[in-house]
Amino acid sequence: MAGGRRGAQLPHLSKMERVVLSMQDPDQGVRTRSQRLFITVIPHTAAGGDVVAWLIRKYCISDEEALHLGTLLVQHGYLYPLREPRSLQLWPDDTPYRFQTPYFWTSTVWPAAELDYAIYLTKKNIRKQGTLVGHEKEHYDQLHRKISHTWDLVVMQAREQLRAAKQRRKGDRLVIACQEQTYWLVNRPPPGVPSVLEQGPKRSSCAADRVQMSTEFYKQEMERCRKALTRARVKSSVCLEAYLKFSGQRGPHDPMMSGCLPSNPWVSNEDAYWTINAPSVAVPTKLRVERWAFSFQELLEDPVGRAHFMDFLGTEFSAENLSFWEACEELRHGGQAQVRATVDAIYQQFLAPGAARWVNIDSRTMERTLEGLRQPHRYVLDEAQLHIYMLMKKDSYPRFLKSAAYRDLLAEAVVPPEAKRRVFPFMRKPLHASPSPALLPASPSGEPVAATSGPECGDRGT
Amino acid sequence: MQFKKLFLLAFLLHKRPFLSLFQFHFGLKMCDQTFLVNVFGSCDKCFKQRALRPVFKKSQQLSYCSTCAEIMATDGLHENQTLASLKSEAESLKGKLEEERAKLHDVELHQVAERVEALGQFVMKTRRTLKGHGNKVLCMDWCKDKRRIVSSSQDGKVIVWDSFTTNKEHAVTMPCTWVMACAYAPSGCAIACGGLDNKCSVYPLTFDKNENMAAKKKSVAMHTNYLSACSFTNSDMQILTASGDGTCALWDVESGQLLQSFHGHGADVLCLDLAPSETGNTFVSGGCDKKAMVWDMRSGQCVQAFETHESDINSVRYYPSGDAFASGSDDATCRLYDLRADREVAVYSKDSIIFGASSVDFSLSGRLLFAGYNDYTINVWDVLKGSRVSILFGHENRVSTLRVSPDGTAFCSGSWDHTLRVWA
Repeated sequence: MAGGRRGAQLPHLSKMERVVLSMQDPDQGVRTRSQRLFITVIPHTAAGGDVVAWLIRKYCISDEEALHLGTLLVQHGYLYPLREPRSLQLWPDDTPYRFQTPYFWTSTVWPAAELDYAIYLTKKNIRKQGTLVGHEKEHYDQLHRKISHTWDLVVMQAREQLRAAKQRRKGDRLVIACQEQTYWLVNRPPPGVPSVLEQGPKRSSCAADRVQMSTEFYKQEMERCRKALTRARVKSSVCLEAYLKFSGQRGPHDPMMSGCLPSNPWVSNEDAYWTINAPSVAVPTKLRVERWAFSFQELLEDPVGRAHFMDFLGTEFSAENLSFWEACEELRHGGQAQVRATVDAIYQQFLAPGAARWVNIDSRTMERTLEGLRQPHRYVLDEAQLHIYMLMKKDSYPRFLKSAAYRDLLAEAVVPPEAKRRVFPFMRKPLHASPSPALLPASPSGEPVAATSGPECGDRGT
Repeated sequence: MQFKKLFLLAFLLHKRPFLSLFQFHFGLKMCDQTFLVNVFGSCDKCFKQRALRPVFKKSQQLSYCSTCAEIMATDGLHENQTLASLKSEAESLKGKLEEERAKLHDVELHQVAERVEALGQFVMKTRRTLKGHGNKVLCMDWCKDKRRIVSSSQDGKVIVWDSFTTNKEHAVTMPCTWVMACAYAPSGCAIACGGLDNKCSVYPLTFDKNENMAAKKKSVAMHTNYLSACSFTNSDMQILTASGDGTCALWDVESGQLLQSFHGHGADVLCLDLAPSETGNTFVSGGCDKKAMVWDMRSGQCVQAFETHESDINSVRYYPSGDAFASGSDDATCRLYDLRADREVAVYSKDSIIFGASSVDFSLSGRLLFAGYNDYTINVWDVLKGSRVSILFGHENRVSTLRVSPDGTAFCSGSWDHTLRVWA
């Protein structure tokens, strides 16, 4: 049945239904009482405030969150207000609410049928002569045009339903009217109210949608499982300890955990933090220099760090290693059309016998690389690149960290003072705009050349 | 039956991008542009005069009528027993794999994290609200300069903002609606976006008043279904895309050539993220088949797969060290998967959280996990202890996208309420 499948595709609906069902539990649920409404008495109503209190107790959440969750339940039509059913809102006071009957649950009937809507609007039109509100009137006219051929059926159905309703008790009639109105408020929201049922582009997710998986698919799955079974795994304790170590080490460098000096630009509206930590700044901050010691990758990813490391390698006469690695990165991430030319250039400069900047790769790797060079492709130098990378990582990098050069960098690094909080935080200062990276041609080093700043800003949204 | 054909054709069409001009309207209403090619002639199989469609058999293109095409699609399935036995064999293998994975699981994350200090009071507020989209914001990405962002929306508008000053710097209107993917190039000189047009297009950013940004647009990726996610690799020259046709693909931007395609998902792929590892060769993708799969970019092979979610995976993001990744799903949970232990190691969920998580991202140190949900809220999780640190209200409709800035000073969330908010 369509309803069941819809439930599977929208898991939040079935979860909401479970919540609403447990709310109606006679012992553990929300306190209900009979509510006097004009001259009728409606049983099993719950006050908005009681609903919120129940949610707070059951899920141990704050007032705000409980109200938010309750509001969502009302907006999806699982609870409806008795007095003002036109607006689906949860008031945390003694406004009476009732639980929607499963007949009208979203998961039962979705999407709502045009015919049913036509009948509903016709009923409203007949019952209260011409008091259809704005958008309802529009819909009514639209439907009248669209399904004019079955309009007689619509009117007949509407009349029948109204007649049947007259036979009921006043209280029941009121309740059914509220239920129906809530259903249509959810399925045909008035203009300006976003539809809670909107889902975005359809996904072919359910297994039920795909008729059958092919034999190919299952064979691939099994192959993957077999390979995975032979995989080397690491003990959980080792892996999890690694997270503690990583997060502990990076905590002081995380602006959200430890703040940032001089101040967080988004909070203080001062972009000094970004200026001090610009990609190519003359004197890096202390935290930044410390990060280079965390891992080789950290050092290489920072242009300032990489430049200093290059200088250090120069003193050890092994700068060609880093240059070779950089060239290989360019090959791997460059355009497809440049692959051949790049490979040639790298070969000439780094690998050919007697090359100007010959890199020292072990003979086996060199052999395999030269073999692969006959059919150059973007990954042909991967092995050689990895070899050189490991060489630098295991050998040059630790030496760099122990070197005088690095120690000096640490000593000279700045620790920016914390910015003084402005006395009048509401004073509006024009914010500095920064030049867009797209504005200026990149310099040979890959950094945008510093130039005049971009257009001055206008208003700032609060 | 029709979906089987779609799967087959999509699988085969990927090897030949230039033939993807033949697209079929299967009545799914997935894309705004549908191409219907009606060629009449004699079928290559039954020789009757019918409306033909191209069909691929062992790398050879033939023209079959619809009846013969259907028969071909069900080829190999007439033995229903074979298929059922294959399926059960696959299930038992998966069970064995789970057993193997469980053997090395000697401790839970929250146990190990007991000795870590609890986080203090958490205060994060909206610092900027970016208004300007006329419709639901679907995706956003940060520029490497830590302040610019690109965002895309349902009405086809893609806007580049300097979110620090809240100025709009560029705007482009795509020829399709539901632009679900957008990405900023590492150089900051271009953006990529795509959605229901099944394509990923790259626009170079220009400040020249005389040039129309749409004029220099480059069509890079071609899929057979909607584009759900895209990301540049380490340079402006390559783009990785994920699509509703169940595949991911790596493209060369300059030529639009398909460099590698990744098949293995059983349903739409909704998200992807590149690994921050030093040898930089893998990425993870999540899809509607509830699986998260890790791929080797070079070989196109799936290296690892995880299937513990109970519903569609909307978002995946690597832990900053690259040894793990988090996923957010429609089953209202976020989960952490460790790549070395090859298993799920944490579940971030709460009874009061009923709506699906649409987007997740880590703070710089990996201690905090920010997740945007379809109930309009953002929950902040303590990754190590597994508990919720804070809940952030503010958006008036579902949060569709969330990214932490490159230097970790703030995060930006985009929502169906037409706005983006920067929180710090």
